[in-house]
Amino acid sequence: MKALVAGFAFFARRLMQAALVMLAILIIAFAVRAALGDPLREIMGEAVPAAERDKLMHELGLDAPWPVQFVRYLGDAVQGDLGTSFIYKRPTLDVVLAKFPASFELVLGASLAVLVLSVPAGIYCAVRPRALGAKLILGLSVLGISIPVFLTGIFLITVFSVWLGWLPAFGRGETIRLGFWESGLLTKDGLEHLILPALTLSSIMLPLFIRLVRGAMLDELGHDYVRTARAKGASPPRVWLNHALRNALVPLAAVGGLQIGTLVAYTLLTETVFQWPGMGFLFLEAVSRADIPLITTYLVFVGLIFVVTNTLVDIVSLMLDPRISLEGAR
Amino acid sequence: MSGQALGAQPRALLGSAAEYPGAALAGLVLGVIAIAALLAPLIAPQDPFDLTSFDVLDASLPPAWLVGSDDRFLLGTDAQGRDLLSAILYGTRISLTVGLLAVLIQAAIGVPLGLIAGYVGGRVDTVVSRVADIQLSLSTLMMAIIALALFRAVLGGESLSRYAVPLLVIVIGVAEWPYFARTARGAAQVEAAKDHVRAASALGASNLAIMGRHILPNTHSPLIVIATTQVAGAIMAEAALSFLGLGMPVTKPSLGTLIRSGYDLMFAGAWWVTVIPGLVLIALLISVNVLGDALRDALDPRRTAH
Repeated sequence: MKALVAGFAFFARRLMQAALVMLAILIIAFAVRAALGDPLREIMGEAVPAAERDKLMHELGLDAPWPVQFVRYLGDAVQGDLGTSFIYKRPTLDVVLAKFPASFELVLGASLAVLVLSVPAGIYCAVRPRALGAKLILGLSVLGISIPVFLTGIFLITVFSVWLGWLPAFGRGETIRLGFWESGLLTKDGLEHLILPALTLSSIMLPLFIRLVRGAMLDELGHDYVRTARAKGASPPRVWLNHALRNALVPLAAVGGLQIGTLVAYTLLTETVFQWPGMGFLFLEAVSRADIPLITTYLVFVGLIFVVTNTLVDIVSLMLDPRISLEGAR
Repeated sequence: MSGQALGAQPRALLGSAAEYPGAALAGLVLGVIAIAALLAPLIAPQDPFDLTSFDVLDASLPPAWLVGSDDRFLLGTDAQGRDLLSAILYGTRISLTVGLLAVLIQAAIGVPLGLIAGYVGGRVDTVVSRVADIQLSLSTLMMAIIALALFRAVLGGESLSRYAVPLLVIVIGVAEWPYFARTARGAAQVEAAKDHVRAASALGASNLAIMGRHILPNTHSPLIVIATTQVAGAIMAEAALSFLGLGMPVTKPSLGTLIRSGYDLMFAGAWWVTVIPGLVLIALLISVNVLGDALRDALDPRRTAH
């Protein structure tokens, strides 16, 4: 009962914090728009006579005090109206959402690559700490931390596209439309285009995750229950995978979830290198052409992704292991 | 089990002995790069920021060891005819300057806040830790990108170019202070529980005096370690921002800008404009990180045991 109350209090506090961070992001977005954006330009284009301008300003309520305008902005934002893009002449949220699948699939591919590569490598380094391979993997991961992600991308393109000609280097390839979702995961061409960008993006997380898996596994392997399992005669792979790995994954899930935000940030660099038509690419275009509504919409949208993933991670890790988060939350 | 532990002892010693030559090599590489960058105005054949000193007729010449090179340009030229060696020397200077100054700002914000949070505790601690957590959860690179994008929108591309160095320093400095705050907070908590601090407090020393004179001097080793890692991080952040076109302009290129400007032409044949600055950047980052690792091991006796 007590645990339930504490859990509920934690849940409420976490949601409250998420709402506050989101409000702060909306305030920043609003301030930027108020200071830099010109809403009339969004509607009518550049040249409007001054008298007509003032009249329109009044009609649209743009001369209202800023708290009134902010409340109106909040109301619009909640309904999904974040303004109109200068470049595309369409609602900014539609523009950003149209590019979302590309970035999402890139992050998904990178996360899968991290999982598939770091778990076996981490387990190997934990169970065979003195093997040459383990030292090599750990050494390479130090090297990996020191190589900027855009240079990794350029290197992969040079080797696999230019020298070997195995994989395409630029763009998403052939995509298939499923409703509003434009997917590259359903065609061979689309998947081939995904490999190099996803590997590049995963390279920023691999060193960290190999070390994390290794550390968590070493921790678990020292526990009594592992010795018991061994004494019962369980085979080593069974002990590693069914016993130790399962427990090691709980803290890893938490760290992994928190890194999704960082992955989103690094999509900007990856998308630039591979000319991947995602949200990051769109954002940089918006920046270079000073499309303020589009910039602030991206800000709000990415902020929302960060806040939602962080909140979910905290709640999920509480459900997986009530001890950790409640102690940490005090 | 015990046989393994016994065996681990000499191996661990061998391991750390083998690590120090690596650190020495890293120090040497870093030293050479730093001195070359420092002396750039004296040793560079050309002033790469002076647009009148180079000629577009010299554009995209390959490095001296390739066919078609020009003796005046040891590492070749970029698409504007700029001497690549000079550009790299000056660019490294910018990367190092931005990296070091940004870390100074991070420390100036993070260390005092962390000390106060760790020593005073209570509500102050809660607020500082929460703000730090939230800022870290929003990804520091993302914050830097958005801040620079907004500066660019406010000031326009041209003013951004003029104030690029101070802006980069401030943005990278402000984005990453939580790392210092966290380290300082942890160290301050450990120190605050020790007898010498309690004695000072009992003798009536003010909180400020205790933090400045009794706690700070005893927290320097974790702070030095984190500072080294942060310098590498700041150099990498500057390169990333410049690569995205949000940092140093093409007229005043840093290593990141050079890599970007070369990337557009890389697969048309002029690979050296991207690859050579890229290698210098990697060498710089690896040597700083290896030094950081060695410092961590040297300053923290617990970690050498593993």
